[in-house]
Amino acid sequence: MAMTAETYLKPVPEPTHESRPYWDGLKSGRLLLQKCGQCGKIRHYPRPICDVCYSFEVNWIEASGRGTVHSWTITHHAFNPGFKLEVPFILLTIDLDEGVRVQAPLRGAREADVKLGLPVRIIFEQAKHDLVTPACVVAS
Amino acid sequence: MSLKEKAAITGVGETAYTRMSGKSVLALQLEASLNAIADAGLSPKEIDGIIPYSNSPVVAEDFVTNFGISDLRFSATAPLGGASCVAAIQCALLAISGGVCSNVLIPIGRNGSSAGRIGTRVQQMPQFKVVGEHEMPVGAIAPAQLYAPMARRHMELFGTTSSQLGEIAVSTRHNAILNGNGMMTKPLTLEDHQASRMISDPLRLYDCSLESDGGAAIIVSGADRARDLRKPPVYVMGVAEGHPDSPSVITQRPDMTRLGIAKAAPKAFAMAGVLPGDIDVAEIYDCFTYIVLCQLEDLGFCKKGEGGPFVASGAIRLGGKLPINTHGGLLSQAHMVGMNHIVELVRQLRGEAGKAQVRGAEIGLVTGYGDMGDGSVAIMRRG
Repeated sequence: MAMTAETYLKPVPEPTHESRPYWDGLKSGRLLLQKCGQCGKIRHYPRPICDVCYSFEVNWIEASGRGTVHSWTITHHAFNPGFKLEVPFILLTIDLDEGVRVQAPLRGAREADVKLGLPVRIIFEQAKHDLVTPACVVAS
Repeated sequence: MSLKEKAAITGVGETAYTRMSGKSVLALQLEASLNAIADAGLSPKEIDGIIPYSNSPVVAEDFVTNFGISDLRFSATAPLGGASCVAAIQCALLAISGGVCSNVLIPIGRNGSSAGRIGTRVQQMPQFKVVGEHEMPVGAIAPAQLYAPMARRHMELFGTTSSQLGEIAVSTRHNAILNGNGMMTKPLTLEDHQASRMISDPLRLYDCSLESDGGAAIIVSGADRARDLRKPPVYVMGVAEGHPDSPSVITQRPDMTRLGIAKAAPKAFAMAGVLPGDIDVAEIYDCFTYIVLCQLEDLGFCKKGEGGPFVASGAIRLGGKLPINTHGGLLSQAHMVGMNHIVELVRQLRGEAGKAQVRGAEIGLVTGYGDMGDGSVAIMRRG
């Protein structure tokens, strides 16, 4: 069956006021992170204030997209019908070079390749017509 | 003012644990509550405080209506997911020691098996909204998937193995069979565990808890009142809750191998005035085998990273150094959000635990674990 809007079964994010720039950034192939406008701390996932200086001021910066493996899981049971054709899939928890983490599926690699500290690079996948989600590949 | 021994657990009650109760959630909670109230030797009308489960459709008003309570003085919720039941004991102690009420009912009940898959319903809960936005769309939907990276990192850092997790599943199953009110009735071997299908690596089927129908409840009464009730009181020596760093998102947690209970445990032990070595029996929240292993470390029963060898040594079996989950836990008795753990600890300390009785058990410990890592712990002694 073609993956049309009607048949997209995976959970769809509902962007908040704070996170909309992040999701819009993915659509343009950029991984954007919040940087505190006052003290400069980078934070993720998007939220209203800085937990160090409590400033509401935010600058969005483009992340390098580079990081290393912090942990992972390989899912064999499709908890959602949208993932039925993808199991087993490798989901990485990634330490980005910017000091925050993201979670993203690993593409084009085998289970045996995965280890702590493995360098990876974020890629962008068109999940449906108005949604781009992060994924990753092993960095060359 | 310390909460130490200001109150006791005076009544415990359960329903049968099944896959299909054929009863409403309210009826299950009322049945378990009436059993607990009768166990304490109280009248339902003497309940003057209620702490319902925050993830349940049943509210305090339902008990007022069904029990004809004329003067409910206290109601609250402790919204810590699976850590709620033990955290509710802390709420009850605060309310009782503050003179607000005397007999607090803490009920739970669910059709967790027959009414729909709990494992994939979490996204509707507000405490899961951040992972709902950022992690479920890329594939981490169920608790098994959200928690698996904690277990994987523990394995990579400390050499913990799937077989060591399996020991927890095997010993817990053994105890469920002794209990008699467990959903799982066939013995489980380590080979069975290792052959069970992978759910979300490293968590296999038998690393995951059950989905269950049933109800359980406890009564907490002021220490003075407790002495006059039907059963020997089980005093709460120490209790605390703890919330991990990055409480809503495991991914962003600085140390993924520490749970909220690591913050609660020192407070509870200090209040109780005992050490981990003084604990005769422990009921450890076991939504997944790894969560048990991590809590044993965070509680100080062994060092961080040594949970694998600790459980593999047989320490957690009946007859071992620290028998745990003597009722069969969430893994093999039923998933009653850990209320069944409190019920079992009280029975152990009263000497009512039947075939799984730990001989001479005087001091015991019970934990809760919820949402993305909230923790709660209570230390109790027999009166």
